[in-house]
Amino acid sequence: MSAGVVLDRVSKRFGTESVLADVSLEIRDGEFLTLLGPSGCGKSTLLRIIAGLEAQDAGSVFIAGRRADRLRAKERDIAMVFQTYALYPHLTVAENMALPLKMRRMCLAQRLPGIGRLWPGRKAVARSIRDDVAATARALEIAHLMHRKPGQLSGGQRQRVAVGRAVVREPSVFLMDEPLSNLDAKLRVVMRAEIKQLHQRLGATILYVTHDQSEAMTLSDRVAVMHRGTLAQVGTPQAIYADPENLRVAEFVGSPMINTLSAIVASPSGVVLDGVALPLRTGLPAGGAVTLGLRPEAVSLAPAPGAGLLNGTVRLLEHMGAELLVHVALDGGETLTAKLDVARAGLVAVGRAVAIRPHLDQVLVFAADGRRLRCADHGGAVPASRGARA
Amino acid sequence: MTVPRPPRGTRELLSAGILAGPALLLLLATMLLPVLAVFVIAVTDWQFGAGHLSFVGLDNFVALFGDAVFRASITNTVLYVCLVVPATVGLGLALALLIESCGRLRAFYRAVHFLPYMATLAAMAVVWEALLHPTIGVVNRTLQGLGWPVANWLRDESTVLPTLAVIGIWQGLGFALVLFLAGLKAVPRDLYDAAEVDGADGTLDRLTVVTLPMLGPVTMFVVIVTALRAFEVFDTVRILTEGGPAHASEVLLHTLYVESFEYLRTGYGAAVTIVFLLIVMVLTLLQAKVMDRRVHYS
Ligand SMILES: Nc1ncnc2c1ncn2[C@@H]1O[C@H](COP(=O)(O)OP(=O)(O)O)[C@@H](O)[C@H]1O
Ligand SMILES: [Mg+2]
Repeated sequence: MSAGVVLDRVSKRFGTESVLADVSLEIRDGEFLTLLGPSGCGKSTLLRIIAGLEAQDAGSVFIAGRRADRLRAKERDIAMVFQTYALYPHLTVAENMALPLKMRRMCLAQRLPGIGRLWPGRKAVARSIRDDVAATARALEIAHLMHRKPGQLSGGQRQRVAVGRAVVREPSVFLMDEPLSNLDAKLRVVMRAEIKQLHQRLGATILYVTHDQSEAMTLSDRVAVMHRGTLAQVGTPQAIYADPENLRVAEFVGSPMINTLSAIVASPSGVVLDGVALPLRTGLPAGGAVTLGLRPEAVSLAPAPGAGLLNGTVRLLEHMGAELLVHVALDGGETLTAKLDVARAGLVAVGRAVAIRPHLDQVLVFAADGRRLRCADHGGAVPASRGARA
Repeated sequence: MTVPRPPRGTRELLSAGILAGPALLLLLATMLLPVLAVFVIAVTDWQFGAGHLSFVGLDNFVALFGDAVFRASITNTVLYVCLVVPATVGLGLALALLIESCGRLRAFYRAVHFLPYMATLAAMAVVWEALLHPTIGVVNRTLQGLGWPVANWLRDESTVLPTLAVIGIWQGLGFALVLFLAGLKAVPRDLYDAAEVDGADGTLDRLTVVTLPMLGPVTMFVVIVTALRAFEVFDTVRILTEGGPAHASEVLLHTLYVESFEYLRTGYGAAVTIVFLLIVMVLTLLQAKVMDRRVHYS
């Protein structure tokens, strides 16, 4: 079977607090899957359960087709990169990277300090370990750091060593728990690219945990959005962004955040937002409440007020380089952020009244409970970029 | 032009002197002068209360090292330290590991072991005296009951120093234990997780890969502090044995005390003090050096 990971209805509670509830997920062989979710939603706990550092209360974990529930961490053929890197501070970089190999390839007697050297066969094993460590170090460009202690390394170098310690063992699955969160913004982007390259080079299965949606979107083959111990949605980054299953996913993914506006259902095929009638099909009876999700790029400026346009006043302008973020206070009291091409900057100024045109084909409609309503069947309801959902 | 202002460097020096002056004076008067006085007295034949004194050069030191009691005192002190330090550190570490792994009642065990350290040793010495009494003491009674040989622990030349060492260990154990427990708490959990994933998940492997190396700095500190305290052993000796029998438990501080305050040979006592200060200073310097070099990881 493949070297993927399968989670089958995994649950975990700490005391009375349920941290994971019936999480089922399949990570395919060679896939880069990201667990994305806010802090405290149970990402690390799930990762630790897969690693064998924590025992689940119910459910099963399969790694490379093997049921892993009774296997210890070292028997699971996984490697883990920790948020804090967890390098052994008293060992040099070379020794840090050699340790997992030593634990595997040497017997207890051979590992003993001093007399271990006298044990038969140790020399050959030691050489094989040295060679493997050196090869990995070269590939990660940390060969010049081999004799330093972790305390003498920069954050980025430590991160690389932590990855090196995981890679050198050639496990079939890598688990990474927010490995970039301790780096500064610039370095994070650099290391992000390196991790992506590493994945392409090794072809290994990587399960990557982050709360940073830009990391999730750029790195992943698929993203699993977690919320309070459950999986809210699993899909490609494009699908998660353009076609979210529920309001929470829509709100968590995307920067700046999606605009959410409450509207009233006027008829099964129309809603009213701030007194403006919009031809959106909900299939709900008149009088119900819905939430409209509008990405900042799913609106544009209209030259003059008119039917189907939202009227408001510009409150704040943010220049982002190629783009311009316009914060608008709608006349109905809600606020909306629009992302415009910077060439349109001349048309807006703080305090000026504007008319906003929502792109109806990109409006996401959510029921009162946050569920996505997909029965919108007006022209071009489905965005062209829509990807396959898992 | 008005009055020429003094150059910048001089002015700064002046104001620095004025600012630091009072503290410097205080330091001189309370710290350095007494030490200086000891050095001066050590090269005289002054006796406490005497109206005259004369310079005798290094005579006091020559006499010191020719003195069998002083040599016994040095040997005993070193022996005492060699008994107390490894046992305190070893037992303290072992107990800390046990308590840490048992989880429950941790605070209780910690408090119990720390009690001897907090208690006045003078009062506790009385309890030890009663325990070790040759005929009615609990120790000998118990040994007798088990059919094992008994001893007159504090009155026998061959047992007195080990017995004092046991009391010293009993007293210092809590201190070592508390420091080791704190050290264990400070070991990042992530390291144990990393070790487990790396394959070091047995008790021995966890100890050698994570726990002991991470306790390195704490261990060094405990060793030095325990050694310093052992060198300063005085109260148990004074209360329980007065250096006897036949100087078998004579230790440096006790010799110093007896020479200076019982025989009033102040010059001679000052010479003992200097030897003692030298040992303590070497230990302290060693501590500073070792702590900086070997066991600091970041
Ligand atoms: N060992 C533990 N004991 C008790 N509660 C825990 C433990 N580990 C995690 N939790 C709780 O479980 C929840 C999820 O934690 P975690 O998996 O670390 O979240 P995340 O990694 O997504 O930030 C948190 O509310 C946290 O307080
Ligand atoms: Mg976490």
